[in-house]
Amino acid sequence: MEYQAKELFAKHGVVTTLGVVVETAEAAKAAAEEIGGVTVVKAQVKAGGRGKAGGVKLAKTADEAFEHASNILGMEIKGLRVNRVLVTPATPPEEEYYFSFLLDRANRRYLCIASVEGGVEIEEVAKTNPDAVKQIPIDPGAGVDEAKARAIATEAKFPEPVFEQAVAMIQSLYRVFVEEDATLVEVNPLARLADDKLEALDGKVSLDDNASEVRHPDHEQFEIREEADPLEAKAKDKGLNYVKLDGQVGIIGNGAGLVMSTLDVVAYAGEKHGGVKPANFLDIGGGANAQVMADGLDVILHDPQVKSVFVNVFGGITACDEVANGIKGALEILGDEENKPLVVRLDGNNVAEGRRILQELDHPLVTLVDTMDGAADKAAELANA
Amino acid sequence: MSIYLNKDSKIIVQGMTGGMGSKHTTLMLDAGSNIVGGVNARKAGTSVELGGQELPVFGTVKEAMAETGADVSVVFVPPAFTKDACIEAIDAGIGLLVVITEGVPVQDTAEVWSYLQGKQTRMIGPNCPGIITPGESLAGITPHTIAGTGPVGLVSKSGTLTYQMMFELRDHGFSTAIGIGGDPVIGTTHIDALEAFEADPDTKAIVMIGEIGGDAEERAAAYIKDHVTKPVVGYVAGFTAPEGKTMGHAGAIVSGSSGTAQAKKEALEAVGVKVGKTPSETAELMREILKSL
Repeated sequence: MEYQAKELFAKHGVVTTLGVVVETAEAAKAAAEEIGGVTVVKAQVKAGGRGKAGGVKLAKTADEAFEHASNILGMEIKGLRVNRVLVTPATPPEEEYYFSFLLDRANRRYLCIASVEGGVEIEEVAKTNPDAVKQIPIDPGAGVDEAKARAIATEAKFPEPVFEQAVAMIQSLYRVFVEEDATLVEVNPLARLADDKLEALDGKVSLDDNASEVRHPDHEQFEIREEADPLEAKAKDKGLNYVKLDGQVGIIGNGAGLVMSTLDVVAYAGEKHGGVKPANFLDIGGGANAQVMADGLDVILHDPQVKSVFVNVFGGITACDEVANGIKGALEILGDEENKPLVVRLDGNNVAEGRRILQELDHPLVTLVDTMDGAADKAAELANA
Repeated sequence: MSIYLNKDSKIIVQGMTGGMGSKHTTLMLDAGSNIVGGVNARKAGTSVELGGQELPVFGTVKEAMAETGADVSVVFVPPAFTKDACIEAIDAGIGLLVVITEGVPVQDTAEVWSYLQGKQTRMIGPNCPGIITPGESLAGITPHTIAGTGPVGLVSKSGTLTYQMMFELRDHGFSTAIGIGGDPVIGTTHIDALEAFEADPDTKAIVMIGEIGGDAEERAAAYIKDHVTKPVVGYVAGFTAPEGKTMGHAGAIVSGSSGTAQAKKEALEAVGVKVGKTPSETAELMREILKSL
């Protein structure tokens, strides 16, 4: 979100105004009084187009800030509820620029995008006047030193009065990109203010989850828990890779690719069974022990939409007997909480033993099916019963 | 024949003494791989017994290569140290670097990729199951028992889908199956593997498995049109994935219209690649092609 991006900007010396983040209209009024003069009240959600949605308003007085904050707090922008607003001094820009560093997946390097024509409407500029939007490749090995920053500022045609500030800001923004392990650092608009001062008025930073895990424990603070779906939050607490979807067949599988494929196969099977759909994505990864299986089932069974569950495991490294014991253990842990039919398909490593364990278990809610397609069909049928 | 890996490949394992490393070194030995040693600076000069074999531990990749003639390294070191392990192997001049480690920071991979430009190393991964030439050698974690040798070349972003597809086509078997990994930045791409399979006389047909996110499949389609004469069958996972949600792999996220499974399917079909809706249908399409060859 904007205020979080600005905190990271400030940490690395990017010129910006932090403003005050508040969660109530009263606090917005107090913030506007403290800041003094004209302020801007801005919705803080992880979505673009906040201005167009009515989430950014100019307030001439503290009372107006109160009024705008009351309207903006609680509104929905692109499906996201606004729980916070940022109150900042209104600093009308003389000119608006665009600047970003991002990971260029296709070319396996970084890319700098810069334009001195238009800030907020950058997509429009890119369409109508692509030459005005400069794309400059960055070699991850070489990075951005002062000379490279100068070359970027020159190519982007930053005007003389702000040129040196731009060179400094480009280096600071690259520090944000590298030192925070971002996949995107965007300033939009990058504003030239009345006194020829360059300032990041708004911005966005996307962080690499892998890097946050490995070397940025402080990034945890940027996660806004209350916005997540409650089931997703619960799954996250248990370290599960779960995404809630809008359907009736709960899915548990191993490996992201196979689980995605399972969602597809269930959706196709659902076409023959009243249009039932997959209820979630859940990848239990390699180690499908009883506890992981129980945690996964626990999350899925608490989804009120779920009518049946499909466990689809290909025992690669994981042995199917371990998975079967995982299911058996999970049923013991959950006891009476498990009250929805479970369709299980096991293949691969030690499959005979895995199937034997489940056959022996002979649980009334568990159906063992040989193939992925057959199991998906059965799970869809049960969800439509 | 095969691609990148064969019975003559001499493999070392970086991180062999760790939990993952020792478990999978044993499984690689079971698969027939010629493992010649491991690397761990703190345990240099010692040896470990895995799968009934005494394997020497070297202090550096360079030393291991000098002593054993190794030309392949499989990396199991934890994500925080993967970049350094890769750079060490590249500096030593390893021919094939297979990075299994999951969770590597993407900027680390981007730096490694930049570093290996102009050098002789081919990197596979990170976050991948590695590569198997059934009956000859395994450098990675793919179970060698799923399928035997045969005419099909397989390249896939996803590990478990690689296993699933090998299982579906176990009646025909594989020349080489390679899992390139689902991270946003990877070493060997679909296109690299397609090029190698096209040049490999033992590969008669190719299965290419993709998933949502990025545009690698679209670019592979363009490559197939101009450079691949062998029949290719495709499968793309994630048709029903909603926009803007990350599905496990860092790469598997759909934003906007590009990167969707439908867009990838259409791009592949436009160049004559038959695309299955499910793994079993994809296998069936391949069987029909193999029958007509």
